[in-house]
Amino acid sequence: MATEEINVVEEVGHEEHDHDHHGNFWTTYVFSTDHKTIAKQFLITGIFWALLGGILSVIFRLQLGFPESSIEWLRPFLGDWITGDGKLDPEFYLALVTMHGTIMVFFVLTAGLSGTFSNFLIPLQIGARDMASGFMNMLSYWFFFASSVVMFTSLFIETGPASGGWVIYPPLSALPQAVNGSGLGMTLWLVSMALFIVSTLLGGINYITTVINMRTKGMSFSKLPLTIWAFFLTAVIGLLSFPVLFSAALLLIFDRHFGTSFFLSDIYINGEALPNQGGSPILFQHLFWFLGHPEVYIVLLPALGITSEVISTNARKPIFGYYAMIGSMLAIGFLSFIVWAHHMFVTGMNPFLGSVFTILTLIIAVPSAIKVFNYITTLWGGNIRFTPGMMFSIGLVSFFISGGLTGIALGNSAVDIQLHDTYFVVAHFHLVMGSASFFGLMAGVYHWFPKMFGRMMSNKLGSIHFWLTFAGVYLVFFPMHYIGVAGFPRRYYSFTNFDTFNDFTDLNVLVSIAAIVTLAAQFIFLFNFFYSIFRGKLAPANPWGSTTLEWTTPRFPKHGNWPGEIPAVYRWPYDYSKPGADEDFIPQTVPYSETPESNTPAENEKIKLETNGDEIVVKQNGDSH
Amino acid sequence: MANSAAQTIKNLWSGGVEPMKASYGKLMMWFFLVSDAFTFSALLVSYGLVRVSHPAYSGDPADFVFSQEYWPIPEQVFEAIPFFHGLHAPLVFVGLMTFILILSSVTMVLAVEAGHRNDRAAVEKWMLWTIVGGITFLGCQAWEWGHFIVGDGAAVNGILGANLTENQYGPPAFADFFFFITGFHGFHVFSGVALNFLIYYNTVTGVYQRRGHYEMVEKVGLYWHFVDLVWVFVFTFFYLV
Ligand code: HEM
Ligand SMILES: [Cu+2]
Repeated sequence: MATEEINVVEEVGHEEHDHDHHGNFWTTYVFSTDHKTIAKQFLITGIFWALLGGILSVIFRLQLGFPESSIEWLRPFLGDWITGDGKLDPEFYLALVTMHGTIMVFFVLTAGLSGTFSNFLIPLQIGARDMASGFMNMLSYWFFFASSVVMFTSLFIETGPASGGWVIYPPLSALPQAVNGSGLGMTLWLVSMALFIVSTLLGGINYITTVINMRTKGMSFSKLPLTIWAFFLTAVIGLLSFPVLFSAALLLIFDRHFGTSFFLSDIYINGEALPNQGGSPILFQHLFWFLGHPEVYIVLLPALGITSEVISTNARKPIFGYYAMIGSMLAIGFLSFIVWAHHMFVTGMNPFLGSVFTILTLIIAVPSAIKVFNYITTLWGGNIRFTPGMMFSIGLVSFFISGGLTGIALGNSAVDIQLHDTYFVVAHFHLVMGSASFFGLMAGVYHWFPKMFGRMMSNKLGSIHFWLTFAGVYLVFFPMHYIGVAGFPRRYYSFTNFDTFNDFTDLNVLVSIAAIVTLAAQFIFLFNFFYSIFRGKLAPANPWGSTTLEWTTPRFPKHGNWPGEIPAVYRWPYDYSKPGADEDFIPQTVPYSETPESNTPAENEKIKLETNGDEIVVKQNGDSH
Repeated sequence: MANSAAQTIKNLWSGGVEPMKASYGKLMMWFFLVSDAFTFSALLVSYGLVRVSHPAYSGDPADFVFSQEYWPIPEQVFEAIPFFHGLHAPLVFVGLMTFILILSSVTMVLAVEAGHRNDRAAVEKWMLWTIVGGITFLGCQAWEWGHFIVGDGAAVNGILGANLTENQYGPPAFADFFFFITGFHGFHVFSGVALNFLIYYNTVTGVYQRRGHYEMVEKVGLYWHFVDLVWVFVFTFFYLV
């Protein structure tokens, strides 16, 4: 037994061995180094955070939609955060907004999305037994877990969690005397984020290395599924941008605890001048948004990758513009590093600099639009199967368009000066980032559930979940455009003191009701998910008729993924409905020599390489029993 | 001929092999260093921005005196060397430190090279010299910090020496960044020395001998060179310009 256990660790990445060994409960489910288990750990933790983040948002929506009503009934949960007359404490409102943003951006859509699908799909789709370093992968999850624990703890301390917004701008966040949330809550926020960054880097370095070094025979970069391209580029972007946030966080910690003045200057509190001189709060904004803007693509790219895969599979058509997709992801990745200052148009920057950033920002619309057109042209004339995964993917495309268009408006510095920090911005990024990425996450869960758990989720519940959520999202975020254009600033506790805003009360009520319904609809998903893990119908080997490698593994893949040798790859992953072929898909493992009926002349040429070239010598089918 | 070379390159990237002829561990070290480079760049850019937002000293360098009104001339701040109290030797000591650190990079190269030859004794020797170089650098830095903190000569505006809130030599931000960036770099050097020691220990106990290769020396070597390279930038930005 003891030797067996050592094997579990030693054998990762080796070619030939028997995978039927079992660790104990702790090594199998808790401190596992298997990428599939780690992916599920990320997913479950992400779901937990998504639920919590959603609940927080509904609480502050109650305040915004029904400012007059009493929420005394929440006292058992919120305690003293409910004031004497049954209202939400104004400072706690700020804390709620802050935690909602932090949780959703980092814990759900970064860790929950990349953590789940990069881990799950990279080895399975490139044909590897596991990640390059299973141990670092495990560390990555546990750093994320520790970070989660710290952030979660901060919700329960007496002074409350951080409350300066998810962007934690100093001086507010640097001065504990400024607001309660800048005390211990902010300290915990920074500790948690530092752990989170370590987790992201450990994960990202692993993803990149795995994609470069561990592709199976024949899996060149031009045969990689677009999911893998997306995860790969996401990891690269994270690798280059998170360290900058790390530096900013360290400097902020010094300002908070050791009396330095990196971000502080000329501040008066209660009429008293603070001694800090010489720093610059704008500097923090530059550092933050140098991460912050790439971060929005870290959140979105994996969702776009998942969508490419799901849409092509379920439209039974090759993805339109495979190389254009890769090119636009590269372009987006590159441009995302040079547009950050569009979040800072109102910081008093030189108008000339503003127009430089305007132009750079608007250029991003080009690759984004290319991707959108490619999705639509893939759908065009397709033999569409409306699986839940497919519907969520199409929903993503819809949000990406409607949210992206407002981005183009905001990217113009002259317009943005009017719209900055209003609900218009909230509408923009919730559609294009929040909802789009969330739909990508959902599409991924529905699509790969059969591979993750060997069972099927209910399609009917999936459809209901989709329609309620899709309608809900638009009902929540579309009215915010009007509210924002009307001038409502974001992050305000209450608008009842402003006569001009009374006209919009009904819209705010509508948004709040829609938010509650949308949150309620997620419980349909939760039921479907957890019920199907245990009771779902057993999944067939390849439920969606996909071409990619993960469907050549057994229903319940063991550690090491393939029982025999790793299959080799001969063709790109999008041979759907190929003219002349018997079936409407040809898996990547089928050599051209076996499909003379559907080969193009150029592909017939490649047969030679399959049989005698040194590129690929052995042919074999991934055997799946 | 050219055709077959192109063919090999294509095969390198077509899966089933390590395309960059580097193990995953080495690749990971490279990627970590790239990301760490961004951490340092962020700090150095911040330093640059804060520095240019302060007025520079505009008078004749010969008449320079310390003042919180303008950014000091680094040569005038870092001009002491141990045991020679009162001697005006601008940048001599830090130049020596830099030289020692670069020398330790050279010995590291020799250790890596010895690793390629599987020459255990030589790896031990050169690793030991690298460790000595690293520790010496840290020692020098400690002395320099001490001198900077304690201060020299007459108090300026009632301030002698420097800490994170007050600074005899110029605006507080000067000291803040000095402590933070050289401290952050020093922490990297310290970690490097610890790693070097680990390598040395494993070499002495024959771990790599049994493993059949000295790749760990190479990986840690990459880190060590990176730390040196960063110092060159820190040195340039803090001491030279
Ligand atoms: C056509 C492409 C896009 C353009 C031109 C664009 C432009 C902008 C601009 C100018 C702002 C600043 C608004 C302000 O604060 O006044 C903004 C905010 C934002 N955008 Fe976009 N955007 C685009 C696409 C995206 C995408 C794809 C995402 C995410 C995946 C995204 C996420 C965000 C977020 C999260 C914010 C607000 C951050 C905050 O202040 O809390 N945007 N966008
Ligand atoms: Cu942005």
